[in-house]
Amino acid sequence: MTNTGADHPATPLPPGSPAPEFALPSTPDQRVSLAEFRGQPVILAFYPEDWSPVCSDQLALYQELLPEFRKFNAELLGISVDGVWSHLAFAKDRNLHFPLLADFEPKGEVSRTYQVYRATDGTSERALYVIDADGIVRWSYVSPVGVNPGADGILRALEDLENEEAT
Amino acid sequence: MSRTHWGATLTMPVAEERDHVQGSTDAAVTLLEYGDYECPYCGAAYPIVKEVQSRMGDRLRFVFRNFPITTSHPHAEQAAEAAEGAAAQGRFWQMHDLLYENQRRLDDPALRSYAETLGLDVEQFDRELTEHVHSARVREDFMSGVRSGVNGTPGFYINGVRHDDSYDVETLLAALERAAVSP
Repeated sequence: MTNTGADHPATPLPPGSPAPEFALPSTPDQRVSLAEFRGQPVILAFYPEDWSPVCSDQLALYQELLPEFRKFNAELLGISVDGVWSHLAFAKDRNLHFPLLADFEPKGEVSRTYQVYRATDGTSERALYVIDADGIVRWSYVSPVGVNPGADGILRALEDLENEEAT
Repeated sequence: MSRTHWGATLTMPVAEERDHVQGSTDAAVTLLEYGDYECPYCGAAYPIVKEVQSRMGDRLRFVFRNFPITTSHPHAEQAAEAAEGAAAQGRFWQMHDLLYENQRRLDDPALRSYAETLGLDVEQFDRELTEHVHSARVREDFMSGVRSGVNGTPGFYINGVRHDDSYDVETLLAALERAAVSP
């Protein structure tokens, strides 16, 4: 899982790092903060843009897996630099029922703090984080931007968390 | 760019007694597809797989598993269960083919008409669909795909390793031939 080569320009925050706090709008009158989910695992799915084909497949797959994530009491949050109105239209069109957060103003600020902002394109990387109940990064991965990373890595990370708690 | 760095592999090996298989266990190479009956890319891949099968003959074994993305495709789950319902009556591949050949008509009346076309016991077929008798099987297929790193449909595996290249006939054939000589 080394991030070298042209396909992997970004190195995400490594496991063990405290996950940077944020509060981003999910709708015109609602904000979602990371702190709200203290006590449960959080999956952050940074993606480049609403409407692009790979994003849609990836987020549709995660929507399909919400019941699996819930088995781990995990919360899924999507994050991109699109604004809330784009997010709302996109979520409605694609039947997505988890929050899509707008890292819109200041643009990409949260993506930058998670080290997954692509300055050349002005978008986020396609990056995944699994954060534990104490707000610590337990797994992170940056996928080549055109490649859907699937969900096996997320599920493995959630399982590892659960196994550690059990011991 | 499309090549993965993960080397994703099949976590649930092909099992003749549970999987839908065309071709011999002794075939030189196994192609497995995770597919969604309503996905247009899977529809496009359907004749490609047929072509590859006809060109490789008995050197190829083909396996199909369900990967319905119901979020995008409202009929995909029911279609997958319909194929499993046909399988319960020994007609999986005939239904699989009909579904891909009629991708735009996958509502319940259409599914029932395909069951009639295939001479299935339609009463049993209908009951199983209504009671979702085959949903657990479809979910098992789906989760085995998720665990194996399926990241879109169609998801192809050649001898258990995810095929991340394109799946036009020539590319797929070349990859299968390579795997056939060095399994």
